[in-house]
Amino acid sequence: MRNIIHQDWFIVAALWTAPVVFLSIFYFYPLGSILITSFSRGEGSLVSPFYEMLSSPSIQNIFCFTVWQATLSTILTLIVGLPGAYLIARYNFRGKSLLLALTSIPFVLPTLVVASAFSALLGPRGWINLALMGLFDLSHPPIQFVNTFWAILVAHVFYNTTIILRSVGDFWSHLDPRQGQAGQVLGANRLQTLFHITLPLLMPAILASAMLVFIFDFTSFGVILVLGGPRYATLEVEIYYQTISLFNLPLAAALSVLQLVCTLGFMVFYTRLSAKVSRPFTLRPRRYTQSRLISWKSRTFAALYITFLIAFLVTPLIALAARSFTRLEPNRGQLTPVQTGFTLDYYKELTGNRRQSLFYAPPSTAIAVSLTYALITIILSLSLGFPASLALVRERGKGINRVFDPLIMLPLGTSAITLGLGFIIALSHPPLDLRKSVLLIPLAHTLVAFPFVVRSLTPALLSIKPRLRQAASVMGASPVQVLRHIDLPLTGRALLVAAAFAFTISLGEFGATALIYRPEYPTLPVMIYRYLSQPGGLNYGQALALSTILMVITGAGMLAIERFRIADIGEF
Amino acid sequence: MKKIRFNPIKSLVYIVVLSILTTACTAISPTSSPTISGTKELTVMVHDSFAASDEVIQDFEDEHQAKIVFLPSGDTGTALNKAILSKGNPLADVFYGVDNTFLSRALDEGIFDAYSSPVLTEIPEEFKLDSNNYALPVDYGDVCLNYDRAYFQEKGISPPMSLEDLSKPKYKSLLVVQNPATSSPGLAFLLTTIAQYGEDGYLDYWKKLKENDVLIVNDWETAYYTEFSGSSGKGPRPIVVSYDSSPAFEVIYAETPITEPSTAAIVTDGTCFRQTEFVGILKGGKNRELAEKWVDFMLTPKFQEDMPLQMFVFPVNPHAKLDEVFVKYLKLPEKTAYISPQAIAQNRERWLQTWTEAILR
Repeated sequence: MRNIIHQDWFIVAALWTAPVVFLSIFYFYPLGSILITSFSRGEGSLVSPFYEMLSSPSIQNIFCFTVWQATLSTILTLIVGLPGAYLIARYNFRGKSLLLALTSIPFVLPTLVVASAFSALLGPRGWINLALMGLFDLSHPPIQFVNTFWAILVAHVFYNTTIILRSVGDFWSHLDPRQGQAGQVLGANRLQTLFHITLPLLMPAILASAMLVFIFDFTSFGVILVLGGPRYATLEVEIYYQTISLFNLPLAAALSVLQLVCTLGFMVFYTRLSAKVSRPFTLRPRRYTQSRLISWKSRTFAALYITFLIAFLVTPLIALAARSFTRLEPNRGQLTPVQTGFTLDYYKELTGNRRQSLFYAPPSTAIAVSLTYALITIILSLSLGFPASLALVRERGKGINRVFDPLIMLPLGTSAITLGLGFIIALSHPPLDLRKSVLLIPLAHTLVAFPFVVRSLTPALLSIKPRLRQAASVMGASPVQVLRHIDLPLTGRALLVAAAFAFTISLGEFGATALIYRPEYPTLPVMIYRYLSQPGGLNYGQALALSTILMVITGAGMLAIERFRIADIGEF
Repeated sequence: MKKIRFNPIKSLVYIVVLSILTTACTAISPTSSPTISGTKELTVMVHDSFAASDEVIQDFEDEHQAKIVFLPSGDTGTALNKAILSKGNPLADVFYGVDNTFLSRALDEGIFDAYSSPVLTEIPEEFKLDSNNYALPVDYGDVCLNYDRAYFQEKGISPPMSLEDLSKPKYKSLLVVQNPATSSPGLAFLLTTIAQYGEDGYLDYWKKLKENDVLIVNDWETAYYTEFSGSSGKGPRPIVVSYDSSPAFEVIYAETPITEPSTAAIVTDGTCFRQTEFVGILKGGKNRELAEKWVDFMLTPKFQEDMPLQMFVFPVNPHAKLDEVFVKYLKLPEKTAYISPQAIAQNRERWLQTWTEAILR
C-alpha cells in the first residue's frame, strides 16, 4: 500500500513538470518582473501605493462595481445557459451542432464590432427602436442601451453563454438519466429530482464553468469601455488608465496585485466548494442518455429556447453579416445620390492594396495566420492542460495539488496590460529574447486557454471512479495503459470541448496580440481594428466584411472540431 | 466500419514534438531573416496607426542596403511605455510616434539620444517643441470638430462656429465627444477647452455642455462610427470630435465615388488642437549611423509626401507637396489651441481627475 502511495506522489509530480515550467517562464517570471519594476519606480515605500489604492474612494467604488457586475453577469449567464445545456445534453435534434457552432461565434468577435451590431439593433436609430417608434408613434427612441449598465450585462451574457452551453452541456450528457427516473419512481416530482439528484451531480461542471465566466467578467475590459461607456470602470480599466494615461506604475501594480489576490481568493473558495460537491459516478455514453424530441412538452421547450437563443445570440451576427453586403450611404441627404443595395465591394476591396501600403495583408494571409496561431494554441494548451488535469484529480486536495490548483487560474485574472509589459521586461535576454518573436502570440493565447482546458477536463476526469483505475492497476496495467484505456476514452468529449475553447480563445484574442504582433503576420482581429480606426465608408465596410469572415471561420472550425474523431476519442 | 488502430500516447508524444518543432521554427524564421552580406537591419518601433507605402520604404532600403523592421506596439501611450520599460535593453533603434501630449514623459525618462539632423533646418520653428533635439517633429494633425453637412442643410441651421456655440440650446443633443482619459482626440478636445477657458473656466464650460446633453464615449471608433451621423455607421448625432483630415478621407474611402464629402471640419480660431508627432533615436540602440539616416529620411519630402494618404497626418516639412485630394478638401485651422508639453505633463493627472469627478460621476 505504501508503495502505491509513493508511486502516486511521483506520478503527480511528473505530470506537473511541463505545466509548471511553462507557467514559471511565461507567466510568473514576467509578472514578477513587471511588479518589481513598477513598485521600485515609486517614491515612497512599498506600502504607499497600496495605501493610496485602499484609501481612494473612487477605487473603492470601482472595486465594488467590478464584483457586482461580474456577479450579476455570471448569474444571468447561468440563467440563459443552463436550460440550453439541458437541451443539448438530453436531446438529439437536427442542427444541434450548427446551433452549438453558431452560439460560439460571439465569443471571438471584437468588442467594437459587437457594439456596432448591438447599436444596429438597439441603438437610437436601431431597427428595434425605429420599429417601436413607428408602432407607438413615439418621438424619442424608447430603448436606451448604449452606455448603460444593461449593455454591460447583456454583452457579457452574449459573449459567455457558450461557455455554459459547452462545458455543462457536455458533462450533463453523460449523466445517467436513470438516476432521476429512479427518484421519480420512488415518488419524487420533477423539481425534487432536479434539485436533489440532477443539480448536485452537475455541480462540479456548473461551478467550474461559472468560475470561468465570473473571472472573465471580473477582468472585463473591452465591453466596459465600449458598451458601458465612460461612467463605468472595472479594476482592469483602471489599471489601463493608471498605466497608460497617467503612467502611475506603482498604483497600477498595486491594482494588479489586488485583482490577482481576488482571483486567488475566488479560486480557493471554488476549490473548497468543488471538493465538497464532486463525487464520482458512472459516466454513460451519450447514446444512452439522449433521446429525440418526441413529447409536445419537450418540443415546445426546444422551440421556445432555440428561438430565444437565435434572437439573442444570432440576430446581431446576421445584422453584421448583412451590413457587410449592403451598399449604404446613410443619412447624407441630397449631397450625393444615395444607393442602397447588394454589393461585394467591401470583399473585393479587401483583396487589393489600394494605398500600396507596406502593412497591407490580403485576407487569406490573416486567415492563415489566425488559424496557425489557433492550432499552436490548441496543441500547446492541451499538451499542458491534460497532464495538469490528470495530476489534479489523482490526489485531489492533497500535497502539491493544494497549491497548484488555485494557481493555474491566475493567468485569467491577470491584467493583460501588466502581463504584456512584463513580457517586454522579462523576456529580453537570450535564449529567451522573445520580445520580437511571433511565438509570443500563441504563448500568450495558451496562457488564457490553459485554465479553460484544465477546467473543462477536470470535471470529466473527476467523475471517473478511482476503483476503475485501481482495478486496472491491480490487473497489471501500467500507469500509461490506465491513461490510454481509461482516462483518455472517458474524457474524449471533454478534450474536444477543451480544444474548442482553445480555438475560439486564440481566434478572438486582441488585447495581448495588439501589443506584440508583427505587421507581416496580422491576425483577423488586428486587421479589423486597423480598418475600424480610419474614417471612410469603405474602411467601415471592410471591417465588417472581415468580421463576417471571422464568424464563418469560427463556425466552420467549431463544426470541424465537433466532427473530429480519432479512435474512440470523441465517440463517447 | 474500418477501425483504425491508434495509440493516443504515441500520438500525444508526436503532437508535442511537432508543436515544439513548429513553434521553434516560427520563432527563429522572422528574427534571423537572411542578412545578405552588407545588409544591416534597423528596427523602428511605431504605434499601431503607423503606415507607409511599400515603394517609399523600399527606396530607403535599396539606397542604404538596409532592412527595416517595423514593430507596432499598441496605441501611442502603450508603445511609449514599452519603450520606457525596455530602456536599458531597447527593443528597437528608433521610436516613432510620441506626440506633444506624451512628449514630456519620453524626455523626462531619457529614452532618446539627441540628434541634430541636417534636415531640421527645413522644418519651421513652431514644430520644434524639443529644442535639444532628442525628439524631432515629423508630422502634425489637428483634432477638430466635424459635422454632418446634410443634417444642417436639411434643418436649415448653420453649423456651430465656436466652442461657445456648442453650449447653446440650438445645438442641444447634437455633440458626441471622447473621454479624455481613454482617447487621444478626447484629451486633445479637453485641452482645447482648457486653452480657451483657462483652468478656472473650463469646468463651467463642460457643465454647460453637459446641460446641453453632450454624449461622452470612450473611443474615437465608437464616437465616429456608432454615434456620428455623417459616417457610414448611421449614428444619431451630427457633431463629433475628429480630425481636420477626416472629410478628405470620407471622399477617398467613399463606398461610391463622390465629389463632395458628406462631412466638414470646423477650423475656426481656437477650436482645434494640434497634435505633433515626433521621432527619436533610442538610447543604447545598435545601429546609430543607420538610425540617423532613417530619421533624416522621415523628414525629407519623399517620406513626408507619403504620410498624408497613409496616416491622415500632414508633413512638417514645407517642401513636401500635398496630394490633390487634400488641396481640394482639406481646411487647415489658422490658429490652434496651444498648451505646452511641459504644462500638459505637469497637469494631466489633475485635469483628468477633476474633469472626471465633475463631469462623469
